[in-house]
Amino acid sequence: MRVDDDSGRIRATGSAPDEQAAAAPPAARDQAAVRRTAARGQSRRAAARGPDHRAGRVSGLVGGLVLGLVVVCLVAAGRGQVPISPGEVMGSLLHRAGLEIGPLPSAVQGENALWLVRFPRVILAVVVGAALGCAGALMQGVFGNPLAEPGVIGVSAGAAVGAAAAIVSGVTILGSWTTAGAAFAGGIVTTFLVYAMSRANGRTEVVTLVLTGVAVNATAGALLGLLMFLTDDDGVRAIAFWQLGSLAQATWGAVAVAGPCALAGLAVAAACARKLDLLALGEAPARHLGVDTERLRITAIVATALLTASAVAFTGIISFVGLVVPHLIRMVAGPGHRVLVPASALGGAIVVVSGDLLARTAIDYQELPLGVLTAVVGGPAFFWLLRRTRARAGGWG
Amino acid sequence: MIAGRGIRVRLGGRVVVDGVDVRADAGEVVALVGPNGAGKSSLLAALAGDLPAGGTVEVAGRELAAYRKVDLARLRAVLPQKAQLSFPFTVSEVVRMGRAPWAGRPESAQDDDAVDEALRRTETSSFAQRPFPALSGGEQARVSLARVLAQQTRILLLDEPTAALDLRHQELVLTVARERAEQGAAVVVVLHDLGLAAAYAGRVYVLADGRIRGSGPPAEVFTEELLSEVYQHAVEVLPHPHTGGPLIVPRRKL
Repeated sequence: MRVDDDSGRIRATGSAPDEQAAAAPPAARDQAAVRRTAARGQSRRAAARGPDHRAGRVSGLVGGLVLGLVVVCLVAAGRGQVPISPGEVMGSLLHRAGLEIGPLPSAVQGENALWLVRFPRVILAVVVGAALGCAGALMQGVFGNPLAEPGVIGVSAGAAVGAAAAIVSGVTILGSWTTAGAAFAGGIVTTFLVYAMSRANGRTEVVTLVLTGVAVNATAGALLGLLMFLTDDDGVRAIAFWQLGSLAQATWGAVAVAGPCALAGLAVAAACARKLDLLALGEAPARHLGVDTERLRITAIVATALLTASAVAFTGIISFVGLVVPHLIRMVAGPGHRVLVPASALGGAIVVVSGDLLARTAIDYQELPLGVLTAVVGGPAFFWLLRRTRARAGGWG
Repeated sequence: MIAGRGIRVRLGGRVVVDGVDVRADAGEVVALVGPNGAGKSSLLAALAGDLPAGGTVEVAGRELAAYRKVDLARLRAVLPQKAQLSFPFTVSEVVRMGRAPWAGRPESAQDDDAVDEALRRTETSSFAQRPFPALSGGEQARVSLARVLAQQTRILLLDEPTAALDLRHQELVLTVARERAEQGAAVVVVLHDLGLAAAYAGRVYVLADGRIRGSGPPAEVFTEELLSEVYQHAVEVLPHPHTGGPLIVPRRKL
């Protein structure tokens, strides 16, 4: 069987396609399967209306994500021990903005529950989710590898070590920014370390990257264990909180620190988007198209560390968001980073806000750790992605 | 248009290009030929500025190192030997990447035309909306060429553009290269097929062991003595019965 060059039609020549595929070596068989699927999906009809079709899907996707995020935020702010309807949440927001529209919360302490507890928590969830989703997309672009993610390759763990070191040592040189600053330092050191260790001949092999992540996570785990051994009960509790990941300690202060870091990271990521597309061609071809690849990589890595640090500084490790969200976006909107980067930020925010809503309302008077919840979903998704990547590349490309 | 003087490249402690002078002027196709490991691709990479090399490379009268990367990208395009792509962009997206150096300039108004023209010229329009990784090796090679053509530069450096192609598409690619030269471009192309080099190149450089063993019009350079020695295999050179151009045939014991 082969795909005809000029018409895109499939012609069977000689023996039946499946017999031929079975006779071929495994790598060739996988490749043939991929080609077959692709040819089936991309009929001539699709070729004729391709660009418009995708543009429509892109605007639909972005619009849907924005709407979804607003709805999820309104619902999340209303749910909890003091129930407030989404309409009342909206009304409270509008009244604060100086517009006398809509109902105010009717529940006792409703205003306080919203403005002192729920809003900072929901907004921090938005910040953390957007940062993680965007960091995943950015990191995958830089490594040229769809399996790169702060949690998988150990950057989150490195940032946690930095934060734990700050907690245990009791250093407060940067005031309320100390923990975030230490997380940033830990994150950036780990990112450069992983980058340097997993690259060979200008590209990053899947297996090298993932194994580097295993090694980094193991080392970071040991350092965290050592720090827990050295510290007192409060320190142990604080570090355990880090490893599980939770938004329970959200305050306006945390939002004020994490928000600007994440915004800066998002802005840099958006500015890099077009160049990241070119980087998909490889190091040298991107350079031949005018990209200063070394500068791009360093800028993107610093931005990733900034995003990861802002995500983990107050909430600990929430894994897999940066892995799964960009992947889903790519399936809908294609791999172009100008859509992928902002859409992954929006998608990540939706996932973390709804994940946190589930974590604090699933069991009465108890809170599930959010990091555990995302890992329960993200772990199997990672497994599936690995299998898929392996099939597509015909090996551990 | 592009000229290298005294180019010397070391790879892994071995000198693979040893003091070579090459140049390609506007309007000509120049082929680099020679046996495996002769240093053809390394020489091309040195001309592209991809390898740290001794000697000087001049592009349009200025030293290579004096250019900003984006200015250079508007002046010369490079086709790599092997195409890679990390994410499943479609063919038309890949070709459009060739327009990146022109972003934010008046020339970017011609982006659509340049992409369409490049797709048409390489006969890849029919699968423009398919994902690049789903194509065959030969199709990918033509799409990569389309990307390089869409860049619309006055210098083209092509590293084995015909390696994965069938007979018809080999001829197509070199016809396109020749057309570009006739429109005023300087084209440097690494080729394995001496017949193609003889037919399409105005001048050839024969490389062996990192040195130039012969240069000039193919009819003068492609002699039985030189080719037999360089390829370490007896070679016959016959005049074509109709055109009189050189036909290169390895001697075979059959």
